[in-house]
Order: sequence, then structure tokens, then C-alpha cells
Amino acid sequence: MGINLLYPEYEVARNMDRCINCRVCERQCANEVHSYDKEKKIMCSDDSKCVNCHRCVALCPTRALKIVKTDHTFKENANWRGSIINEIYKQAESGAVLLSSMGNPNAYPVYFDKILLNASQVTNPSIDPLREPMETKVFLGSKPNSIQRDKDGKLVNNLSCGIELSVPIMFSAMSYGSISYNAHESLARAAREAGILYNTGEGGLHKDFYQYGSNTIVQVASGRFGVYKDYLEAGAAIEIKMGQGAKPGIGGHLPGTKIVGDISKTRMVPEGSDAISPAPHHDIYSIEDLRQLVYSLKESTNYTKPVIVKIAAVHNVAAIASGIARSGADIISIDGFRGGTGAAPTRIRDNVGIPIELALASVDQRLREEGIRDNVSVVVGGSIRNSSDIVKAIALGADCVYIGTAALIALGCHLCRSCHTGKCNWGIATQEPELVKRLNPDMGYKRLVNLVSAWKHEIKEMMGGMGINSIESLRGNRLMLRGVGLNEKELQILGIKHAGE
Amino acid sequence: MKRVYVNEKWCLACHLCEYYCAFANSNEKDMVKALKDIVINPRIRVEQKDNISFAVSCRHCEEPLCVKGCITGALSIKDGVISVDQNKCVGCFTCILCCPYGAISPGDESVIQKCELCTNNIHGSPQCVKGCPNNAIVFEER
Amino acid sequence: MIWRYFVTPLPTKLDESQLDEREFTARCVMKINKGIEGAYVFSSGKNMGVFKAVGFPEDVGEFYKLYEYAGYCWTAHGRYPTNTPGWWGGAHPFALLDYSVVHNGEISSYDTNRRTIEMHGYKCTLLTDTEVITYIIDYLNRKVGLTLEEIAGVVAAPFWQVIDNMPQGEKEKYSYLRKAFSSMLITGPFSILAGFEGGIMALNDRLKLRSMVIGEKDDMFYAASEECAIRVLEENLDRVWSPKGGEAVIATLNRGVL
Repeated sequence: MGINLLYPEYEVARNMDRCINCRVCERQCANEVHSYDKEKKIMCSDDSKCVNCHRCVALCPTRALKIVKTDHTFKENANWRGSIINEIYKQAESGAVLLSSMGNPNAYPVYFDKILLNASQVTNPSIDPLREPMETKVFLGSKPNSIQRDKDGKLVNNLSCGIELSVPIMFSAMSYGSISYNAHESLARAAREAGILYNTGEGGLHKDFYQYGSNTIVQVASGRFGVYKDYLEAGAAIEIKMGQGAKPGIGGHLPGTKIVGDISKTRMVPEGSDAISPAPHHDIYSIEDLRQLVYSLKESTNYTKPVIVKIAAVHNVAAIASGIARSGADIISIDGFRGGTGAAPTRIRDNVGIPIELALASVDQRLREEGIRDNVSVVVGGSIRNSSDIVKAIALGADCVYIGTAALIALGCHLCRSCHTGKCNWGIATQEPELVKRLNPDMGYKRLVNLVSAWKHEIKEMMGGMGINSIESLRGNRLMLRGVGLNEKELQILGIKHAGE
Repeated sequence: MKRVYVNEKWCLACHLCEYYCAFANSNEKDMVKALKDIVINPRIRVEQKDNISFAVSCRHCEEPLCVKGCITGALSIKDGVISVDQNKCVGCFTCILCCPYGAISPGDESVIQKCELCTNNIHGSPQCVKGCPNNAIVFEER
Repeated sequence: MIWRYFVTPLPTKLDESQLDEREFTARCVMKINKGIEGAYVFSSGKNMGVFKAVGFPEDVGEFYKLYEYAGYCWTAHGRYPTNTPGWWGGAHPFALLDYSVVHNGEISSYDTNRRTIEMHGYKCTLLTDTEVITYIIDYLNRKVGLTLEEIAGVVAAPFWQVIDNMPQGEKEKYSYLRKAFSSMLITGPFSILAGFEGGIMALNDRLKLRSMVIGEKDDMFYAASEECAIRVLEENLDRVWSPKGGEAVIATLNRGVL
């Protein structure tokens, strides 16, 4: 075994006075941290295997367990921090690219936390959502440039096909493969119950879930996995994935070991072969190619489905969005650099892209300056954490938000960021049957519906406080926002004033 | 009548139901005090083989063989719940032999024990159901 | 300093611009308001005049010699400035071409409406919500071609729960208007009187957070925030009523009250 340079990051703290040797921790840990010593009649743990997912902690009936960060330390160094040293040890050992999961955890500024909302006082009454109607219904899609009338002078409905949502929230793309069947079922059923949409991601659509088609966005990504006519026609909208916030500029890779059974069928990839999504779409090398794909998809679905183009928030996102708004797409979705993933190279995840707040503000402003904001709806994702993030995003100019990580947390995810190991103890990011069954969709979908309806209540409460009784009057209403602790440049990009101004 | 049903599809074989059962019937308020350093003898047991597992406890049959077989009338059915009158039980174990599910077993402090849906302890409703982390055990009308 | 000019666009410039006269005039107004510091065009109509001042109403009337004018439709507005110090430029109505708006209230959708209307070439320079309402009415009526009744269905759109219970034709119309012009919905309290060529429209916000009373006597039409204001002019009214929130009352010169 030689020298092991890595000291475990977390320690299992077991209160032996409370442990009753029920061994549920042992049975529930796919990482095999816990074991029972029959001779000593005590539970033992191997901290080096612990990913800090809290499965054992949550199931321990006597609350005898907690996980603590080790206080083992390197000599203090603000530059060569312990995590950096450990990564070098790992790479020196393996010679490999570091992999990580979920969103960028580093201490970059979170602009949502530096933006405050307004409330009405005196001159403009606040509205009580329990007494007055408070509308959160939104329509996504392009808006007509002019009206048309029939021969009797009646207005003709010249709106293009769009998406109707009871609340401006959608579950973002997470493929069947990256997450489990039961996680997908939970999302699909919750979307239907809550009157919103979920997104297949690039994993195809399992035949069991065609029944949720009117609440489904089907994704077409660079690997084109699972894409065929029935798939395109099954959903309420089609999303072309150009990029992902967690890993802008690179593709995806689902190892052949996970391409088994239904996943192979759903992805239309032979069992055991790797499913590789290339970094670019190999038929899109410029904006006119994108336009061609947008119209190919529209043509093949007889112009009945809106097309979403999803991009990662990168430096020139406003210019890219402007191109997309002219490409025939109905909706642009922008994914910020904190967006989650099932697996990404650590360096990419932690260093590429820009915050969604800034990307959104500059895209919205740019599209308005060019007079094409109504050509498209704008959906943003990449770490929308709660209802106030949603209200702030909409006031900055978004039509709707995508939530991914928050939805998984509602399903039990504890953000241990070990999805890439495939051993998710919560039954979410795994395909092992005995782990997958830990997520019962009957419970999962209810938790998702609860989350969406709780957020809806909070959105209404905040809107009412601002004297706004319809979500469309919040969209782009930047006067309702003020920055705290932001510099001139940041305020200028966000298009908001500083608190006190 | 509401009964305890199990769904093996969602059973994780975590065995927590057994511990919640043993705790509930200990009539202690603290699980540690009730179960520390003892070998539990619950009224519900997880059966498992290969990848299949499910919890088994008294089905509260409509025509219960245990009640029929009881030689002293210690077992009776009232409002659908089959319960034991420990004062009448003479320990013949006929019921244990009769029960096709193996849901009756010798007790620690009593002669026999079986699930009485927690109606005989301080809880009043089945604690295995409450403690199941995956809704694999439910208490419902069907 | 208030100056009054009567001007027509220079025919050569107008031709060069390839715009119609009204659009040309509107653009000139925007250009002056935005580009020349301290200069504002407050009145730019052909058949509509705006008079603004700070002071008592009778003095204002005297100052502008209002007794020398005749008109089929008048709106007057004494302003209690909601949240800015009063200055004469901030007095209502706000006007563009032959559209004028007086407004009582404070809209909470201001920045949404402003950023939307600015996308269509308008520049909001006076920092008041009344200005944006004026531009929205101008845009929807003159440029898009919606009727005033349809405009009411945009700016004070019925709630979805109301739309869902409408008969089919109405339902289609109102849901189309809400979807197509969603950013021009105005929320927050308002009661507005919008003057246009040939008539006037009175409109409340859809929650009716501001009062609005309509009075009729023979062929005269009165609209005011308070009934007493109407009674001063006409004691014996044929009919006095309060329109519902979001219900537009439109009076035209020849077709009566709609």
C-alpha cells in the first residue's frame, strides 16, 4: 500500500453512549464506511471512505452520529491551502484529470446575496395575496411584432406556440443516466402536479414517461442520444443544449459501465459502450448552423413546439444571446457558472464561466437595446437557491428560472458532490438498483411539489409587498432592486442602483 | 379497516422497523435507554433473500387461524385487531404453530407477543410505519 | 420660461425621414427632451393643448388665458405630488401628439413598463410614471393599432381567473392581449383620464386602488376622482356611477359613452 498522503477530510463522530448497534448505518452506506465488530460488539468506521452525504446521520434512530470536518491540518498557508495540496497528491498518484460533481463551491461573489428587494410604503399600497388575486402564471415564447385583424376587425391570434407555466419555475435538464429512474419519475410527476415543466437532459425519454409529455422539455444535445421523431413530438418544447454552466466548452461522458439495460435503450447507445457528447455540436460551427437546427426541429414537429437554446454564461454571453434571439429560437436559457453537473473536470467547473446574475443583466439589457427582447423569453439557471433568488432574477429581466440542484436537494441530496462515483446513497445520482430504490417517487414528487408551492407562496408575498399583483409587471423591473456592497461597475452591469440611492 | 401493508419494491432492508417496533413496545420514552445493549425481539421482522426484502408482521386476518387455534381464548379479534390477553395465555404456542406468516413469537416478558398495531402501548399508531424511511410499510385502508 | 411655438415639420426634412408626420413629430419631441438639457416639449398635439403651472387653479387659468379657448373635451388635474417635490413640468397632463394623460396614483410596474416602451424608441426623461402611461397609450394606439378598449385590456388586463370564465371569443381576445403585450400591464394604484382626438377614456387599475366616478347629464360626460368635483360643475346629473377596476369608460364626440 505504501504511503498514503491523504488524510480523510471528514470524521464520523459516533456517540457510543447513544449507539444501539442497530447497524442501519452499515446497511445504508454504499461506501462501506461503517462496520460491526462482533467481538467487541461495537460499530466501527473507516473515515477515509466517507463522502459526507449524511445518509447514516439521517437514518440513525438514536441520533448517535454526526460527521465533522477533520481538524487535522497542514501548516497554515493562505496560498497553498490544504485542498490544493491534497489535489496535487491525488493527481501525482493517479496522473488523471480531477473530477467533481454539482456546482462550483468556491467563494466567488453571489450577487443575489448583494441585491435587496423593495416594498411599498404609504404612496403605493402593498397587496395582501391572501385577499387579492396574485398572478404567477407565465407564458414563454416569442411575441408578435405586430397585430393582425380578420375581415371583421377581430384580432387574429398570431402568437407562436409557447409554454404555459403556473409559476416561473422549471426543473432543469438532468438526464436519465446521470440521475436515476426514480428521480426522473419524481420530477415528471411533480412537474405535472405543479403545472410546470421538467427537462429530460441528454438522455432520451424513457418510454414510461411519455405520458408526462405535456410537462416535458426534450433536449437535443451534441451527442443526440435518444433523439428521434417520437421523442421530439413527445415533449411540450425542445431544448438545444449548446453549453452547460458547470462545464462550458466541454462535452459529456457517461461511461459504458453505466450504459446498461433501460439506459442503453433510452439513449439508443449499445450496452457497454461509452456515451460521449462532443464539446461542440458537429453540425453547428456558426450562428447560421444553429438557425438551421432550430428550423429543422421546428419543421420536424410541424411548428408546434417552441425551441429553447441553452447556453452557458460565458464572457460574451450577451452577443451570443443576441445571435440566438435572431436565430428563430423562442426561448434562450442561460446557465450560470454555479450550475450543477453529474460530473465535470474540477478545473473547468471551478474556473470557467461567469455568474448568472451578471450574464442575465447584460443579456436582457443587450436584447432591449437591440429591440429584440420580445423575440425570445429568457430562462436562467445556475444556482437559483430560493424564492428570493427567483424574484431577483425576474426583476433583473428573466422570464422564468430553471432549478436543478434545489430540486435534487428537495429529493434528499446533501450536496456531497460525489455524483461521479455513481454510489449516491440517496438513490438520486446512481443506477445501482438497490440504491435507486431508496428514492421512492411517491415521496419524492410530493416533496418537489411542496417546494414549488412553498416558493410560489413566497413569491406572491414578495410581489404583494412591492405592490405588484402580476408576475409580468415584475419582469425587468430593476427599480425594485438595490445593491449593497457593490462597486460602480457591478451596479452598472446589473442596471440597478445602490441601496440608499 | 386500516391495516399495515408492506411494499417490497420500496423496502431497503434497513431493519429500522424492527427497532422502532422494539422501542414502541418497551414503553420507554428514550430509545437509547430502551434498546442499548440488548438484543431486540421485535414483533415485525424483515425477511430478505438476494435483492428482495420486506417486513412481516401480523396481517390481522379476517379469519385468523391463531384465534381459531387458541385453546384458552387468549387471542381474540376486536374491531379487526387481533390482540392477546396475557392473563389467559397458558403458553401452549399453538398460535405460533398455526400462524402461516410466522407473525407470532415468544415474548421476553410475556409468553407470546404479536403486533397489535401499537394499540397496546403508549403510541397508539404503528411505529414501524412512522419510522420507515421509504414508505415501504404503510398503514391504510384498502 | 415657457415658450409656445406653432410649427409644422419642414416638408423636405419630413420627406427625407420617410416617416409620417406624427412619427416625425414624436421623434423630434423625444430628441429635444433627451438631448437638450433643461428643455422639454410638453405639448405637441395638433388639436390638443397642454397648460402646466404651479399655483392655484384659478391663477393658472388666468395666466394661460384659458377663457380664450374653446374645446369639446377638457381635463384638469390638481397635483398632490406623490413622492417628488412639485415643479411645473411635473404637472399633469403628460402629452404626446394628440394623446394626453392625467393620472392619480403610483404604478409599481414602472421600470418594467419603462424598459419595455424604451425598446420601441420612446425615451422616458421626466421620471414620472404618467409619462410612461402616455407613451404606452400612444404606442399601442398609434403604432400597433389597438383600439382604446383593447388598450384597456392590456394596461389593466383582467385577471386570468376572470379571462378563464369569459365566453370563448372574449377569452381568446383578452388572453391574446395579455400574452402579446404582457410587459405593458400596469400594476399599482392608478386612475387615469386619457384624452385623444375625438374623446376621452377613464380607466382604473384592476384592483381599483384609486377612486373614479363617472357622471352623465344630457350629452355631457364627466369623470373625476371624487363625485364632489363633478357636482361643482353639474348638480343635477342624470346618472352617477363608479366603474369597476380595469373597466374602461370611453366617451367619444359622436358615438357617446362606450
